[in-house]
Formats: sequence, C-alpha cells, structure tokens
Amino acid sequence: MAIIHLTKDGFDKATASGISMVDFWASWCGPCKMLAPVMEDLAGKYEGKALVGKVNVDDEPDLAMRFGVMSIPTVVFLKDGKEFDRKVGVMPPAAYTAVLDANL
Amino acid sequence: MYDIAVIGGGPAGLSAAVQGRARGRSVLMVSGDIRDNPLYKTERIDNYLGFYNVTGARLLDQFRYQARRMGVEEKEGRVLNIMPMNGTFYLSIGSDMEQARAVVLATGVVRSAKYPGEEAHLGAGVSYCATCDGMLYRGKEITVVGLAADAPAEANWLREIGCKVTYVGPGQPDGLRPDIPAVKAGKVEILGEQKVEGLRAGSAVIPCEGVFILRSSMAPTDLLPGLELEGNYLRVDRNMSTNIPGVFAAGDCTGLPLQVSKAVGEGQVAGHRAAEYLEHLDQQA
Repeated sequence: MAIIHLTKDGFDKATASGISMVDFWASWCGPCKMLAPVMEDLAGKYEGKALVGKVNVDDEPDLAMRFGVMSIPTVVFLKDGKEFDRKVGVMPPAAYTAVLDANL
Repeated sequence: MYDIAVIGGGPAGLSAAVQGRARGRSVLMVSGDIRDNPLYKTERIDNYLGFYNVTGARLLDQFRYQARRMGVEEKEGRVLNIMPMNGTFYLSIGSDMEQARAVVLATGVVRSAKYPGEEAHLGAGVSYCATCDGMLYRGKEITVVGLAADAPAEANWLREIGCKVTYVGPGQPDGLRPDIPAVKAGKVEILGEQKVEGLRAGSAVIPCEGVFILRSSMAPTDLLPGLELEGNYLRVDRNMSTNIPGVFAAGDCTGLPLQVSKAVGEGQVAGHRAAEYLEHLDQQA
C-alpha cells in the first residue's frame, strides 16, 4: 500500500483506530527527502497492520501546529488517534519499526 | 548516485576527491563556505613540500583547480545527516539529498561540545537547518547562533520569510541586514522547560521560540551515529577506514598533527581505499 497523504479534513478519520505513523515533511527539507524512501518501504511492510501517512507542513500548517511540529522531519505515532510517541529528525528504519513492533 | 561522497573541502577532502577521480570514480565533494576553511585563513605555510612560503589561500586555490580539472563535482552546503540504507549512503545537504556508495569524511576539527540545553531541546525549538525549519517559525521570535561564515546570510533569509530574528555570535556578523539586532556573545545557553523559551547570551536573556545553531559543520558523530572515536578524533585504521564499512576519514578529523601534508596523505589513502572498496562491491555483484 502506498503512503497516504493526510490533510486537515481527513486526518482524524484516517487515524481514528489502530496504529498510525505520520511523517511531517516539506519539499524544502533535505533530511525529509532522505526519510521518504524509508517511509515508502515501511508503508509496504506494515500494510494491513499500521497506517503510514505523510503530512506536508507547507500545505497543512494547521496540522503542523496542532502537533507542535518544530523541526522536520518529525514522525508522530498514534494509537486510536492519540499520540503516544514521536521521533524528531531522520533516523534509521529500525528506530521506527521498533516503535511500531512494540505497539502492534 | 555518486560512487564517492567527500564531506569537506579542505586539503584532505580535495586529495581524497582527486584520488577517487584518478581511479575513475564519480566524486561529489560537499563543502561549506570557504571563509570557514582554516587553510584559507592561514597566512604563511613553509612546511608543505614543494611550496615554500605560500599562503593557505593560494595552496587551496591550486588544490581546487586540480580537483575541478579532474572532474570532481562540487556542492556548497552543510551536510546535516548521513544515513546508510541497503548499501547506499543518503546525505542531506540543506534542502537537497544526494546518494553515494562510499563516503570520505574530511570535516576538519569539529568541536563536538554542545551548548547547555542544546541536546535537550533538539526538535523542541533547536534546529540546525534554517531551510528545513525556518517556515515553521514564521511570525515567531527566533535567535540565530552564528558560528559559520554563511550564518548572517541564513539569518537574513529567515528574516525575509517572516521570522523575527535576533543574531547572536562571537564576532562582528559580516553582511547581516541592519534591521536584525545583533548580540555579541561567545557563550550561550538554551532555556526552557519542554520547549525553547529563550536564549541566554552572555548576560542577556533573549526570549524566543526557536534557536538556529549554525556551525561550519556538524560533528561526524552527529552526522553518522555509531562512528567510533578515539579521544576527540575519529578512529581509523591504516586504510583510513572507520568502524562503519564504506566510510573512510582523513585529515584533521582523525587527529594530530593538524598539518596540510598529513591531510593530503591521508586523503590520498582514503580516496584510494574507497575506490578499492567499490571495486570489491562491483566484483561481488
């Protein structure tokens, strides 16, 4: 499954149940570009188990503000719509899978 | 995708880049502002063989000319992260991303000591990348801690996109917009509970929500977590290999003496071994 691009309107519904991992990014950010293939890869690996989504902070400033994103990339983990963890800055894939695996 | 990415544009990096090209490899050399290069600022060098009584700037100029003529590709910018994934190294450089199969670190001496409060507020107001995070601070008070020659230009840009900028640095900022207040201070401390609330600069406290710390380059261990050190320097073997396969290091970042000849020699070995490493990979494929 491809990554889901989340917007202000669809965000709550998309993340309402189960585990979600959301990558806040922007096109002007080199580290975000680095993280993009990692997220693509994880979206495939966790298909059916977790939602892997992306939020473009340029298009969705309200979502960025709601989650207090102060540095990108920021990856927010949610369980039934509630944030339970986040990783700021680009990290190796294992940093994200560890959080997912511990909560699935 | 490049064969070899060289981080640093001093004598070690240039030597590694030239050697990579001599072995037929594509080479990208990423370096910061030349004004931050210690060799560029050296007034006289007498111990580099073949060049008696030469300025550092002239020597650097000759080195760069050679690298360019040999087809080394250059990019100016600050490398923020290096991440190995599936046999490829991903490098983020400001708003760009590049890929290479081997890396030579030639960052020079980078003091890895951080300011009080810096680590604790990383991602909670502390940023190393104006282009990445600037937009998130539009309309907000921020400080730029300028430790690199291009810091005033970055501060100007942050001001232009709508951040309320105060500049803090140890010296006189060259080229800073006159409408940006500048505070001269060498020691700073990042203040705040969960998020950044201010910056102590000398005896002044500047209220702000964001602090952009702009050093001339990132410490190698921040660039690439997992690199082993020996004292304050990168641990390398006689092949200039670090503990991470495919990552080599040369020059001042590997230790004393901090001299041009040593940097050039180590760069030569690192470039050579990086090319050899790629040959091994090609044979296995």
